[in-house]
Amino acid sequence: MNGAFQVRTTPTSWFRTAGNRLLDAAPLLISLALAFLIASGLLLALNVSPIDGFSSMLQGAFGSENTIAETLVKATPMLLVAIGICISFRGGMINVGGEGQMIAGAVAGITVALSLSTTPPIVAVPLSILAGFVAGALYGGLAGWLKAFFNVNEILSTIMLNAIAVQMMNYLLNGPLLDPTEVGVNHVPKTARIAEQLQIARLSIPLPEGVAELFSLQNAELFARTRLHWGLILAIVLAVLAYLLLWRTTIGYRIRAVGENERAAKYAGIRVRWNMVLAMMFAGGFAGLAGVVQVLGLQYRLQTDGSAMGFTANAGFNGIVVALFGGLNPLGAIPASIFFGGLLVGAQKMQRDLGVPAALITSINGMIVIFAVSSEYFRAMIARRRALGGGSMPGTQAVESRPKLPENPPDVIGQATL
Amino acid sequence: MRKGLRFLAVGAAAFGLVGLLPAAAQDDVFRVAAVSPSATNDLAFSQSMFDALTMLDEEMGDAFEFTFQEGTFIVDDAAVALRDWASSGEYDLVIAHGSQYGSVVEELANEFPEVAFAWGTDVNTFGLPNVSAYTVAAEQGGYINGALAAILSETGNIGVIGPIEVGDAKLYVDGFVSGVGATDPDATVNVTYIQSFGDVPLATEAATAFVSNGADVLSGTAQMVVGPIGVALENDLLWFGTQSSQAELAAESGVAFQVYRWDVVLRDLIADIGEGTLGGESYVLTLENGGVEMEVSEFTGLDEETLATVEETIAALSEGIISGEIVPLPELEATPEATPAS
Amino acid sequence: MNILESLGTVFTASVAAATLRLATPYLFAAIGETFGQRSGLLNLGVDGIMLMGAFFAFYAVYATGSLLLGLAAALLIGALLGLAMAFISVTLKAKQGVSGIGLYLFGLGMSELLFQTLVGTPKSVEGFPPIYIPGLSDIQFLGIGQIFFSQNILVYLAFLSVPISAFIFNRTNFGLKIRAVGQNPAAADAMDVSVTRIRYATQIIGGMMAGLAGASLSIALLDVFQQNLTNGMGFIAVALVYFGRWKPLGVMLGALLFSFVNALQLQISAVGIQIPPEFSTMAPYVITIIALVFAGKQSERPTALTVPFQRGE
Repeated sequence: MNGAFQVRTTPTSWFRTAGNRLLDAAPLLISLALAFLIASGLLLALNVSPIDGFSSMLQGAFGSENTIAETLVKATPMLLVAIGICISFRGGMINVGGEGQMIAGAVAGITVALSLSTTPPIVAVPLSILAGFVAGALYGGLAGWLKAFFNVNEILSTIMLNAIAVQMMNYLLNGPLLDPTEVGVNHVPKTARIAEQLQIARLSIPLPEGVAELFSLQNAELFARTRLHWGLILAIVLAVLAYLLLWRTTIGYRIRAVGENERAAKYAGIRVRWNMVLAMMFAGGFAGLAGVVQVLGLQYRLQTDGSAMGFTANAGFNGIVVALFGGLNPLGAIPASIFFGGLLVGAQKMQRDLGVPAALITSINGMIVIFAVSSEYFRAMIARRRALGGGSMPGTQAVESRPKLPENPPDVIGQATL
Repeated sequence: MRKGLRFLAVGAAAFGLVGLLPAAAQDDVFRVAAVSPSATNDLAFSQSMFDALTMLDEEMGDAFEFTFQEGTFIVDDAAVALRDWASSGEYDLVIAHGSQYGSVVEELANEFPEVAFAWGTDVNTFGLPNVSAYTVAAEQGGYINGALAAILSETGNIGVIGPIEVGDAKLYVDGFVSGVGATDPDATVNVTYIQSFGDVPLATEAATAFVSNGADVLSGTAQMVVGPIGVALENDLLWFGTQSSQAELAAESGVAFQVYRWDVVLRDLIADIGEGTLGGESYVLTLENGGVEMEVSEFTGLDEETLATVEETIAALSEGIISGEIVPLPELEATPEATPAS
Repeated sequence: MNILESLGTVFTASVAAATLRLATPYLFAAIGETFGQRSGLLNLGVDGIMLMGAFFAFYAVYATGSLLLGLAAALLIGALLGLAMAFISVTLKAKQGVSGIGLYLFGLGMSELLFQTLVGTPKSVEGFPPIYIPGLSDIQFLGIGQIFFSQNILVYLAFLSVPISAFIFNRTNFGLKIRAVGQNPAAADAMDVSVTRIRYATQIIGGMMAGLAGASLSIALLDVFQQNLTNGMGFIAVALVYFGRWKPLGVMLGALLFSFVNALQLQISAVGIQIPPEFSTMAPYVITIIALVFAGKQSERPTALTVPFQRGE
């Protein structure tokens, strides 16, 4: 949650820190267990054995090479969105516009990819990805600009901009961007498929001799026949870069300063408005990347059922939850995205295996979110007690669950409190 | 919960299907897995497939099993499900019931050439021998409903609520408009696409807007029509539906429903797969092959005489459409050839 | 058709009446949310409570036929979920945005699950009928009778909640405490106002209003229930609180503007004027943003919004 404010640890204190970390994790684990307990009750009410249910869920998420790959595929766009959310929330900007920004990125990316189908991939692919980032950044930046210069609340504007992006996408996919082979036929709103050489490559890991046999894998390469693609690696690399940006550069420092205390930042000579726009541009840019990566790496075309979710699979919203679970730290978002990916993919498997209605899974996911955020209270309590009891250990002493908020923040939601 | 596997003991032999059963899954049970976007109780698209599978399940008993994943609006989630089924090797037929699933089917069918896939609504089999495509000539029932609407409307003002302008929704609406125009050129029919399949409040207000502008007959397609049906009931108007039967909900407002009988396609597919043909064909439900069925509401509030007119009109128009005398959508003639279901 | 005539076919009394109907669920939910936000609590889970309220109201009416029981069920489930939300965000001090999203997912899934197991396929119920106010509902002038005096009772209640809540905020001791807790909880605490109790109260009120919002859909305006009946209305309602700058009157104006543009675009296609549907669907959102740009300037945001209160902090 708070790697950012962590006092640097010395190697000798590493074990104690790890112990504290484990203790920190206990409330989270207990609360997850509680959520699963309630879920078990619901499963029993539906005449499904909870043991069957959860084992099917676990199997569906991490049970095989393919399901692990699917979990990671699900995690990829959520992680990309979450990286941007970390930056914008740290900058005091509550970006709820991930869905719309993903769409903006995907539309721009596919347009470039389709028009560069004969250009060498080494040029065309980066250009398409860049187009996605820029379009997302502009769309996110629009909300930032409205906030900074017209005082239009960003929660409101991004919700509205999401709805607008969906209709723009519908319009484009029914008209200018419609797959030429669909015209006059079935009229499914989708673009043409992008050229094969422009698709982001599938990711597989060569294994040393004998390992495949050991785990009775079908192929000599791990993830060989799965949908896992290089977008995951891109997302992880960017998470590290975003972490460095936030805590090792002046750009990041300024964004955080504005988020923590707008007035103080202003007195310190930081251009508050520009940094608000910048924070939103990063958020939008990363969401745009998520959009374009989904298109180039997975779907190979942009297609919708007329709703945002039809394309984004809700990654724009789920990214917020992932970012907050990851403590608004891009590095923390990596495991958080995989956890959520597994939850979502595993839940589908439970439906397939046991005929559990999809609705049950939605509500269980909701409970897990609630229980997990509520557990923070107990985690903070344990940390406090430890500090008071003299058992304070180096490494976690400086940890406060939230960055200190000024008494009366003029117009900023304490970034970590949302 | 009726989803998931079921074992209903009805002798399959009685239906002469034993000889047709495939050897794909090492036993005599034909296993189907299907994924659909909305819920199986939506009174619309997803329900039409679920009902068909349920019907086959009841007919074939032990010789048939199916598993169903509903509520999968997210194409990616459907991709996971389809891949899971395909790679398990346990299913004789994997159905992707939604035109948005096309790309996924294309990819998986290439990767799993030994698995039979079916998807719709579309006509594209991607040139693959293990893909069947199915669609429905929704304009046929749309045309008949439109003609009936024109006959029964007193104000000559008819409203149609659609989701987005795609697939069978577009065909139905276009057919409906064409049917109204052919029957009563003076009648006006207005269409609102509300840009959503599920927004009940908006669909309801769209229907109310039609009513306050003088419409006395309503129709619509997609799962949000439960709202407009309520408006029809409240204002004592007539309702025409499509996809699944909405007779019970529409009560005395309901007149006629175009019902998709996917079991017609499924029976063909089961037979073909049994003979070792995994796909390659594209099927169209039509009035002629019984895949499009016109159901007159048993709860309708129409009087005997009018009801007789309705039934006569349906019979006459069906005949005309089947014989080719009536072409619901002339401009559609030029579409790529699709072999009709046998 | 000249311009005046075509304007006449578009700006009709029925559009105005539709505006009031469309605004009703937004109003209930947004006024309720205003209570919470004024006291410093952001509840993003309004849509989830609305869905649960809609289902429980529907089911009570479906099972018993009593509209009053339907309302009671919606109020009760709304209060319970508001209480749960208060416990999570006040007592456990959980991050309000995420826990709200959790509550939304819970309500979305649970309402559908209950619907599937208890009801099955969509069925309609006999909901609240329009009330024709004698004499007034017949006023033909500008369609006033149709617009203002022929609506169902929940529409009237929703609009009545605007002056009532404004009165509570501005003229009562309770309202003063709410504002104090939202602006400066430490000072309020020092003056013996229980921050916790006030926030619990506003959250429960907010939950009940969200429950009513759901009921207004399922047993008054639509008379049916279906999965995800609200289709994200609760999120728009939260946005409208910001639009209205935490004032009931402003919230009402926002709800009316948004609903008016929506009613207008439906009317436009109902009379057969051709506009690409994507653009007309987009219109309410675009116009809301533009309106905000011009509304601009200082906000009255409760300074302690989303900040959990910790004595001695």
